[in-house]
Amino acid sequence: MNLLQQLREALVSLAHNKLRSGLTMLGIVIGVAAVIAMLAIGRGAQRSIDESIQAAGSNLLFINSGGRNVRNPKPLVLGDLEAIADPMNAPSVGLAAPMINTREDVSYNNVIYNASIVGTTPAIAPMRNLVLTEGEFFAESDVSGRQAVIVIGSEVALNLFNDTTGIVGSKVRILNQSFTVIGVLQSKGGGMMGSSDNTVYVPMTTAQSRLVRRAARDRIDQIVVQAISTDAVPSAVEEVSAILRERHKTRVGADDFTILNQQDILNTATSVTGVLTSFLGGIAGISLLVGGIGIMNIMFVTVTERTREIGLRKAVGARKIDILVQFLVESALLSLFGGIIGIGMAWVIANLVSQVAAASNTNIKPELGIDAILLATLFSAAIGIFFGIYPASRAANLAPVEALRTG
Amino acid sequence: MSDPVIQATNLTKIYQMGEIEVHALCGLSLQVRRGEIVAIMGPSGSGKSTLMNILGCLDTPTGGEYILDGENVSHLSDNALARIRNRKVGFIFQSFNLLSRYSALDNVELPLRYAGEKNLRRRAIAALEAVGLGDRIKHRPTELSGGQQQRVAIARALVNNPAILMADEPTGNLDSKSGKEIMDLILSLNRVQGMTTLIVTHDPTIAAQTQRIIRVKDGKIEGSL
Repeated sequence: MNLLQQLREALVSLAHNKLRSGLTMLGIVIGVAAVIAMLAIGRGAQRSIDESIQAAGSNLLFINSGGRNVRNPKPLVLGDLEAIADPMNAPSVGLAAPMINTREDVSYNNVIYNASIVGTTPAIAPMRNLVLTEGEFFAESDVSGRQAVIVIGSEVALNLFNDTTGIVGSKVRILNQSFTVIGVLQSKGGGMMGSSDNTVYVPMTTAQSRLVRRAARDRIDQIVVQAISTDAVPSAVEEVSAILRERHKTRVGADDFTILNQQDILNTATSVTGVLTSFLGGIAGISLLVGGIGIMNIMFVTVTERTREIGLRKAVGARKIDILVQFLVESALLSLFGGIIGIGMAWVIANLVSQVAAASNTNIKPELGIDAILLATLFSAAIGIFFGIYPASRAANLAPVEALRTG
Repeated sequence: MSDPVIQATNLTKIYQMGEIEVHALCGLSLQVRRGEIVAIMGPSGSGKSTLMNILGCLDTPTGGEYILDGENVSHLSDNALARIRNRKVGFIFQSFNLLSRYSALDNVELPLRYAGEKNLRRRAIAALEAVGLGDRIKHRPTELSGGQQQRVAIARALVNNPAILMADEPTGNLDSKSGKEIMDLILSLNRVQGMTTLIVTHDPTIAAQTQRIIRVKDGKIEGSL
């Protein structure tokens, strides 16, 4: 019997027992849907994490005070920043900016919003890819003149003004002092290093004198450094470390500062999401396995039920291989249909999950790759054949005399 | 009429039932000539079914030689036996053994599909017309009467032009009227087309309509009439 005839007979058989075929397929549908949805969500999550890390800027180093097993670390001071920013000392460093961080209530016309306040210099804008929707970022002159001007993130703007335009020139109050908004930032979405959307940028000197009380005047919380290129990141780390070791007079192997490399963060995040994706995919894979066992189970029932039919087919000339192929085609078709429906369901699940994620302000766009779809289709057909082989070979090996006698 | 379709010599069949050996056939010899119609009778446990299975190539004998239509089939492989069943033997069963989810036409096509033949449809329709069911080809077995179902089974048995037709109690599940019709059909196939036919039956009136009765008892032939 040729394959076309086998296919036709298998379709008739499956259609004959619609409920049973449907329920058997369901196992595969759920398995395939779970696997593909998990892979799609995992990839989407990875992409979204990558993007948010990239959005923070590229080739960045974050230098914080304090190190492992070091008591009384020296704080970072403006002098450290100046030394690092000097191209003679650190040729691999492009830009460097200080950061003083705090959180305060920002108010406008009785609307109050708790925002992250960052005191910094204009160098931060190109480093973190800050784009303005209106106005402009503060200039060096604003820093040296301790001007009471601020640049606000889109979320701050939305919360205070209910709008992201027509804000420049408005006056808001922080700690009972008046500040003029001179720029509004474009939204970038949530980020690993804190979102710029809910941040208020203030000139460094203004922050020091008006908003943040630190023990020493020239003390800063964090230095952000941008290497001149991706290749220069490791040498930038070395140069910055050397400068700080010398300035802080640290003992060998006891750095009192920590340098966070953006690439390290990216790699860590990638490996974490990778592990998570394969973990979830593995769990989903178990349901696919269970679905396959369901197919095997039903095929055994089918073989037992159709013993007499097998006997008859053998009596009219079916060879072992004919019977084997007949049952394999049936189980492979079951599984294949299940797989195809499963892909559709995966798409629905992945989109539902991304909607739920979007509702909680996490932007995950599921990626349903063509490779995942092909893989799932082939894999599900293979599962049908794998789990069909045992029942089918049992059917094929039935002695015609025995088979005809039953029932 | 001298050319034998079935030439069985000294057939033995031993089943192993646990510790005990059961001798179902004990040196049985048999000859059926082309164009003959023969009845096989015998009480249950006589070895009649075993004989029928071996003659129909559903089973192989433990000993002895069986030549079917000029081909020694005593010790063939499973696949070779399947081919013999497909080409040389047409079976008719007591309980019809039609596949209920397929139409009459599909049921009759089945042996042709396993034979890898062409023109399945045309030949299957011709076979159904030959048994008087030309107007029922799209019907499923459940939509047909018992007599009609057995006609479909006969069409299926004949569609590959077998050397021999083997009927196992062909009227056993039918009322007497359709039983007579089926018997008439089998007899006319033998008379008109010269179809060599073996009928296993309990019914003496059926056996009486054949040319020869073979009685099997204790794995041997009791006597030929």
